[in-house]
This record gives sequence, C-alpha cells and structure tokens, in this order.
Amino acid sequence: MLARLPASLTCPSLSGTANGGSRVCQSAGRETMAGYADDAHDRARRFRDAALPYLDDVYTLARYLMRNAADAEDAAQECYLRALRHFDTYRGPAMKPWLLTILRNVCSAEFSRRGRREVTGDCEVDTRTEDMPLWQEPNASPETSLLRAHDGETIRQLVAALPQAFREIIVLREINELSYQEIAQVAGVPVGTVMSRLARARAMLRAAWNAAEGAAS
Amino acid sequence: MNCAECEILLHALIDGELDAGHTREVEAHVAECSACAEKLNAFRAMHETMSAANLKEAAPAGLRERLDAALPALPPLPAQPARSAVRREFVRPSRRSFFGGFAAGAVLSGAVAASLMLTVFRGDGDRTIADEVVSAHIRSLQPGHLMDVETSDQHTVKPWFDGKVDVAPPVIDLTAEGFTLLGGRLDYIDGEPVASVVYRRRKHIINLFVAQRLGSAHASVSPRTVQGYNVRHWSQQGLDFWAVSDLDAVELGEFVGKITAAVQPNGRS
Repeated sequence: MLARLPASLTCPSLSGTANGGSRVCQSAGRETMAGYADDAHDRARRFRDAALPYLDDVYTLARYLMRNAADAEDAAQECYLRALRHFDTYRGPAMKPWLLTILRNVCSAEFSRRGRREVTGDCEVDTRTEDMPLWQEPNASPETSLLRAHDGETIRQLVAALPQAFREIIVLREINELSYQEIAQVAGVPVGTVMSRLARARAMLRAAWNAAEGAAS
Repeated sequence: MNCAECEILLHALIDGELDAGHTREVEAHVAECSACAEKLNAFRAMHETMSAANLKEAAPAGLRERLDAALPALPPLPAQPARSAVRREFVRPSRRSFFGGFAAGAVLSGAVAASLMLTVFRGDGDRTIADEVVSAHIRSLQPGHLMDVETSDQHTVKPWFDGKVDVAPPVIDLTAEGFTLLGGRLDYIDGEPVASVVYRRRKHIINLFVAQRLGSAHASVSPRTVQGYNVRHWSQQGLDFWAVSDLDAVELGEFVGKITAAVQPNGRS
C-alpha cells in the first residue's frame, strides 16, 4: 500500500556486504570506509534507541486511524521508514510527537491515495457534530454511570466509533498522552482548536458511553 | 467566567494544562455553578477511567521484531545500490521484502549522511518535495508500480491523464534521441495527484513528474542530489517539472535539455 522500496534494492544491501565493502575499499581507502561504517551504524543505533520505544504509541494511533490491523502495521512501518530517512535533519520536537506527526501524514497520504478524505484538516469536521450541544444529559446518574464500563474493549469500541477528527484527538490525549501543544503540532491546528475539539470529543464520547450503558443495563 | 468558557477550560484543568490564574477562575466558577461542577466531575471520572484502562495497543510482535532485528545490523554500503532493470511481475511484495526495503532505505540514508559529495539544502522548502519526489521514484521501481499506462506512443499517454490530474502534461517522444518513452503513471506527492511520464535510458529509469504547483517556481533548472539520485526541478509554461533518475548528472541534464526545448511554445509537445 504505502511507499515501498523496490525489493531489488534489498538483496545487495543485506547480503552483499562483502562485495560492496571490498569494492569501496579499493576505491576509497580503508580509513574512510571504517569511518563511514561507524557513522551509519552509530546512526542506526541512535535512531533505534530514540524511536523504537514509541512503537506501541505509533501502532496505537495507526490502529485507530486506519481501523484495521494490517493497514496499521503497514502505516507504522512506513512511518519508521520515513522517520529514519529524515533522522539526520531531526532537531526536535520530542520524538513521540515527531513520529506521530509522520504517522498521521502517512495515513493522510494513504487515504488520499484511496480517494477518501479522513485525516485532513479542520474543514473536514462535520458541521452537524459541531452544532451538537456540548452536554447531553445522561439517563443514569452521572456519578455511577460512567464508572461501570471499566473494561478496555468497551472503551476502545466507543472511541473507534467517533468521527475521525474527534477519535484522533481522544487517542492523542488519553492514550498517547500528548500535551495540548504537542497535539496542536501533530494535528496541524492551533492550541485553541485543540481545546475546543477535545471538549467536543469528550462530550461525544461521554454521550456514547452513557448510551452504551443505558443499553446494557 | 461563564459556563461556555468553563465547559472548554475544565478539560484543560483536568489535563493539567491550565495556568494558576485560570485554575482559580474555573474553581471559583465551579464552586458556584452546580451544572459545571457536575461536568467537571463526570469528565474527570471519564479521564481517570480511561487512564486506568490501559488502552494502548501493543505493536504486533512480528512488526517489532522486524524493526528491531534490522536496525543495528546495517551493513556499510555505498550510496548507489546495484539495480537491475525494472521488473514487471505483478506480485504483491511480501512484508518481508518490504522490510528488506526498509533496511535498504536505512543504508541509503546512512550513505547520504556520510557522503562528502552530498549537497545539502537546509531550510529549503523544496527539499521536502525533493525527498517525496525521490521516494515516489523509488516506489515506482517496485515491481508492477512503474506504469499505469504502458506504451511508447505519446498520443496514448497524453489522453490517459485526462481527468486524472488537473494538468495536461506534455508527453514527448524522445526515443530517437536515446530516451525511450515507456508510459505514464498517476502518483501522489505532497498529498496531491501528480502526473509522471516515464522514460528509460539504457537500463536507467527516469520519472518526469509534472504538476501545476509542486515546490517553488524555478525559471532555470535547479539541480540537486537526494539519496544518490539526481533530481532536476524547473518551471515552464505554468507547470512544475521534477525529473528524477539514477542516471548520471550529464545524461539527466541532456534529457532535461531536450524536454525543456520541446515544451517551448514553438516546440513539439
């Protein structure tokens, strides 16, 4: 689905070390080659140490945006590929929001490739949901109703059922645990929009949560 | 503070994002407004329930292993990989082969980082586009990805783009001059559909990307190298052109010269 490097590139790089190495040694000299090898190896290790700890975060957001496991895996993989490619010029922000920004771009590109528009900007927010009242009275009393659905699977389904922009912001805040500033950067919107959208998203989630519990009880 | 403001700011309070002054204001409002107090409690309870529920998905073991195993084992290789002629099997690559590509990408980037020959364009808005253009070029070399319409007939390629992109890309047959027209492809760069006209010089593929706006306008040809690929960018007749190939700089320059000459109003496109 996403950007793939040609399979023909893989064989020489993975198995042809000896040939490649000797060819370069002849032309470039031993010192340069050793320095280069250290450099590339060191860089790969730095990338690995910095980026791999966030794989669960990247995969989780991918899972909620792409809505199925195989696409999420491809998107996460492509995210790391792009991140590695740009690692030399990476000067911040923090690694986690940086990776999630890349992931979001990967998902956007995939959606536009498929001719769908899911992870785009503000204008995509359905006006009907924007006009909904922020607060909907729950059927049960608020103290008790919320706390019944402790089970993670129910919560996952409720989050997954939210419209894209709201689902995304809930995941970035509640699961990826980003700050408002970081969410603004990942979603490409001002912090004020993050705040109003999060309020809206939580109100929608809470309404769905109450409805689910009303149906269950 | 009124209730409408409070409805927004109480979330910032829950999330620990509120400064001391606003915190006091929200707390003062909540102390007097039972409706907002109820909301604050309900949303805080929801937030805490979600925090406690551990909703983060664990990445599949296979994905983690592939990433984990390949990264430290990067072999030192020069920037130009051996590249066979483009293959045309219509086989979906396996995840493993894709991942091999990942490793190769790492090697390429590493090589670029180490190369003294590399021209770096820091802070250049076009650099991102150049990266994407090169990625699209590399992707197109994937088996079955090079062409959507495969023909050496320029009069077949040009109409094929109708309705697919918002430009009519010039399709010029340069076969007689050693650049074989292979066909055309619809690609996506920067999230936008872009026409690519594909040429071949000996065993080297050239992707010529054409769009109405793709990077900044360059009246003269702007050269650069990305990941060992030669890239030429220029603007002509209200269109942006990006030529990418592993062809050497001189021959790619020759190709660009022939295209620009042909695209001129009195040319032959």
